[in-house]
Parts: sequence; structure tokens; C-alpha cells
Amino acid sequence: MAVYKRSYRGYSGPLTSRRTRFLVISRYAARGIFKSRIVTGLFILCFFFPLIMIAGLYLNHNVRVLSMIGMRTDHLMDINGQFFMVLMSSQCSMAFLLTAFIGPNMIAPDLANNALPLYFCRPLSRMEYVLGKASVILMILSCITWIPGLLVFGIETTLSGASWGWQNIRFAAGIFLGSAVWICLLAMLALALSAWVRWKLVAGALLLGVMFVSSGFAAAVNAVLRIQSASYLDPGKILTAIFGKFFNLPLDFGVSLSGGLLAYAIMCGICILLLSRKVRAFEVVK
Amino acid sequence: MTPTIELAGLEVHLGKRKILKDLTCSLSGRTIGLLGPNGAGKSTLINTLLGFHKPSAGTARLLGNDIRTQIEQIRTTVGFMPENDSFIANMTAVGFLRMMAELSGLPEEAALERAHESLYYVGLGESRYRKLGTYSLGMKQLAKLAQAVIHGPKLVILDEPTNGLDPPGRQRMIRMIREMKEAGDLRIILCSHLLRDIEETCEEVLILKDGRVVHYSNLEEERKANLRFVELETFGDDGGFVDALEELGCECAMAGERRVKMVLSEGIEIRDLYRVAESRNVQLRRLSYRRDSLEDIFLKAMETPNGRV
Repeated sequence: MAVYKRSYRGYSGPLTSRRTRFLVISRYAARGIFKSRIVTGLFILCFFFPLIMIAGLYLNHNVRVLSMIGMRTDHLMDINGQFFMVLMSSQCSMAFLLTAFIGPNMIAPDLANNALPLYFCRPLSRMEYVLGKASVILMILSCITWIPGLLVFGIETTLSGASWGWQNIRFAAGIFLGSAVWICLLAMLALALSAWVRWKLVAGALLLGVMFVSSGFAAAVNAVLRIQSASYLDPGKILTAIFGKFFNLPLDFGVSLSGGLLAYAIMCGICILLLSRKVRAFEVVK
Repeated sequence: MTPTIELAGLEVHLGKRKILKDLTCSLSGRTIGLLGPNGAGKSTLINTLLGFHKPSAGTARLLGNDIRTQIEQIRTTVGFMPENDSFIANMTAVGFLRMMAELSGLPEEAALERAHESLYYVGLGESRYRKLGTYSLGMKQLAKLAQAVIHGPKLVILDEPTNGLDPPGRQRMIRMIREMKEAGDLRIILCSHLLRDIEETCEEVLILKDGRVVHYSNLEEERKANLRFVELETFGDDGGFVDALEELGCECAMAGERRVKMVLSEGIEIRDLYRVAESRNVQLRRLSYRRDSLEDIFLKAMETPNGRV
């Protein structure tokens, strides 16, 4: 329609699928996130360590290159559980740092500008709104956690042979499962804090605070009561325990795999509860 | 025609407080005004119709869709302009509207096209690439209107659309609401505490007070009816004048010396009154129609104890 025809006109064209409508939220959120140069820089930085690891794998399997650079040709490093533990710990730490930057931008601006009624007066449920916001964090964090982890695993399998891959398939499972629970928790925690704290800077600081405080609190309880079960309060320790189980590492924090997953589920549940109280078209003040 | 709003014993509690109390009515007009003093429950009613608050008893229907079971259908066919500032400050107007259109189900290209169209339509065409946070209050109101109509809804709910607008801005908003009413099959619910806004745009009015419906008025009918009520002031010997009018079928009543109040019967025009006056040699010094304005209706409704339509 020409711009000079300024009269009201209805719409009778096609509509997009209802099921994928929440991806509109993700798309616009992602666009907003990558407007920040700091976030873009940090995101790129997150790929350095996996690239170094991939370079290490290449050297490990290439005798000619090793001899050219004057290194031992028989053995550069062991590709075992410890190798993947170092990789995934690093990537999960980077994911945590990145979440502290991107998480507060998710819901806080919509709440601060009272934009939620505009979302929810359309065919979009509260769950889809949260799913849309969470999916963008999950996609970004996936790009720096389990995707490079599995890529490294795949490259090693290609270089060492399929038999190595089958023998160590647990590593792949650990990379995916450990990363999945970690990024789900980070996404939920970031959204919950973003919904409750409207200042972006404070929300980011609070995310860091929650992690460090819970870690410190768990360590203090363990030390005072001479127990190990308080480790379930420390998300970092639970993650290490999950990776340890899959990477065959002798870690004993008193955290079982099933207990750790349950603790994560409870933490995510609390975050969802916090979100359900805040993500509403109108807040009813009692 | 499907009623625009049907309320059937609708009750809403917010916390422990009962906000809407047993609302029952059916309104079929193309433009419906919701009137009431502050705290009457107008905005709560709108929020309930949009599914933001759950009814504690009864139900309501918008364009035939039940708010308890067909809320998604309602949200697909309805556009909403909230009362308060609602936008995303760091987005451009065109970006914001495009997102809202896509959330309503429009494909990307159509959403972009409609975003430009809607902004031109409301008069923000020249400022469409500016961030919403830099808009003045009046511009924000217009941007809110644009997002409410971008997906071509069948019903638009406007909550206090003229809030914060200067007189020219208000006139412009009222003109656009009238245009929307006249263009196509769009229906409008206008919620306001400003009587003039409602009077200038609406066909039907629902007046709320303390969460109850206290009055329903069909303004179109009222306007027509007002034209049949005439008050005359005569001079000279008026013997037989009133009788002659009654012979024509008009209902007359003396409202003081030489003052007659009357209801014109069907087929009787004002010129007939002059004809009778001339034949009876009576001078008509004053002739006026009853003007029962919305303000009168509103004030009467505020005096009424709890009522029902």
C-alpha cells in the first residue's frame, strides 16, 4: 500500500504457525544481545580454548609436525577424561560469565517498560514468552559448551579411529548431559533474576553472587557439620560431580549423579516459580 | 449480529477484594464506551476480557468467544491499547511494531509492511526510525494505538486513549477512532473517564460504579429520542393551542405559564407546530430540544443505587 493512503485497513493475509511463534521472541532477543560489543567479543573469546584443544589434538596425531617443532613425537598429551574435564570446566565457566552479561537483558527491560501486557494480549502464553527468552540463552550457551565439546570428541574419534569413539562414548554423553543441565540452570537463574531485579547491572552482579554465595555456604555447612551432603547446594560442585561420573574421574564430593540431577531440577523449579510470580501482564499488588 | 460483549454474572477478585460484582449485560454496538469514576472497575473488566485476570464467578464473551475457554481466539482477534506506558524503550518504533505484528502471527515481510503503514496511519511516519524512549507522551500514545491495530483486529480495546494528549492531539485521536469505526467491520471498546471522548465516538455506553453496572445507554437512540422532546414558550392568548397540538397526536404538559413541554408524535414536524401556532394566532417566542447530555446520564447513574442492565 502506498504511504499516502493513510486509512485503516484490516489484515487478511496468511498467518505463521502458532507452534513456532515463540521463536519471534528469541530472534529479537538475540538481535538485542549481539548489539553489545562486549557480549560479541566475549562470545568470540569463548571459542579460543576449544580451538586450542583442537590444535592440540591435531598435533598429538601428527608426528611430522611435532618433529618439525622439536617436540616428542610419541606422546604430547593423553586424550582421556581429564582432558575433557578441563575443556568442559573451562567452557562452563565461560558460559557462566557470558550469562552474567546476557541474562539481565532478557526480561528486565520488558518489565521496566511495562511491555508485558502487549505480549500477552496477543496469542502468546507466559510459558511461550519464557521459553522464547530461555531458548536464546540456551542456543548461545550451547554454541560454547556441548557443541564445541562434541566437536572435539568427534575430531578425536576421526583421528584415533571409530573404535576409540565407541570405547569412550561415555565422554560424549557426559559432555552433552553435563552441559545441558548447567546451561538450563544458568538460563533459568538468569531469567528469574532478570524478572525480579529491574536494574541490569544489579541482576548481572546478583547472578555471580548467587553462584559464589551458594558455593561458600555449601562449603561452610560441610565444614561446620562435618558432612558432604551440603555440596548439593553448590551448583559448581554438582556439575563437576556429573562430569566426573561420565569422564571416569575419581572425584568424591559426596554428590551422586541422580542426587545432583535432582538438586538441579529443584533449583530450576524454584526459578520457574519465581518467574511465574513475576511474568504476568499485570501485577496484583496486595 | 454477534454481540461485542456479553457478561454473564461476571465476578472478579483481586486478592481478597471483590472488584467486579455480578456484571450481566449484552452490548452489540460497533463502538462501546466504558465509563465510570476512578476505581469503578473499568480496567479490571478489560483485563479480565483479555484473560489477564481469571473470573471468580460467571463468564464473559467477546465477539462470541468465551473468556474461560477461548482466550487464544480472543487474543487473535483483539487489539489492545493499554492505559499506561507500554513499549520497549531501546527499540525503534518500526522495529517494535514489526515484532508485535510477528507475535500476532504476521509473516516477517507483511509485518514490516504493516509496521510502516500503521505508523503512517497514526501520523508517526516521519519518526518511525526513532527509538521509542525518545518519543513524547503524545507520540507514545499514537505508537500504542499503532501496535493495537497493526494485525488488523476485529475488535480494538482502547484504555484511556487520550490520556496525556494536548487538545489537537486529542482531536486527532478521536478522529482516528471515528475513522476506524467507519472503515470496515472493526468494533471498538473505549474505556475512559472523559465523557466527551465517549460522547464523540461511541454508540453505546456502559457505566460502572464500584464494580457494578449502574447504567446502560444507547447514545444513538438517546440522540434520536432527544429530538422528539420539545419545549415551547408562547406569547399571546394561547387558548386552544395546546388542545390543537394534542389533536395532532402530541403529548403535551404545561410547565409553567405559557410554557409547554411536548413529545412530538410520529409524522409531526416542527413546521406543523408553527402552522398550528399561526392558525391560533399564537406567537412562539422560544423552541428548544431537550438535550440530555452524557454528562446528565452519567450524573444520574452515579446517583442510582446498585443497578442492573
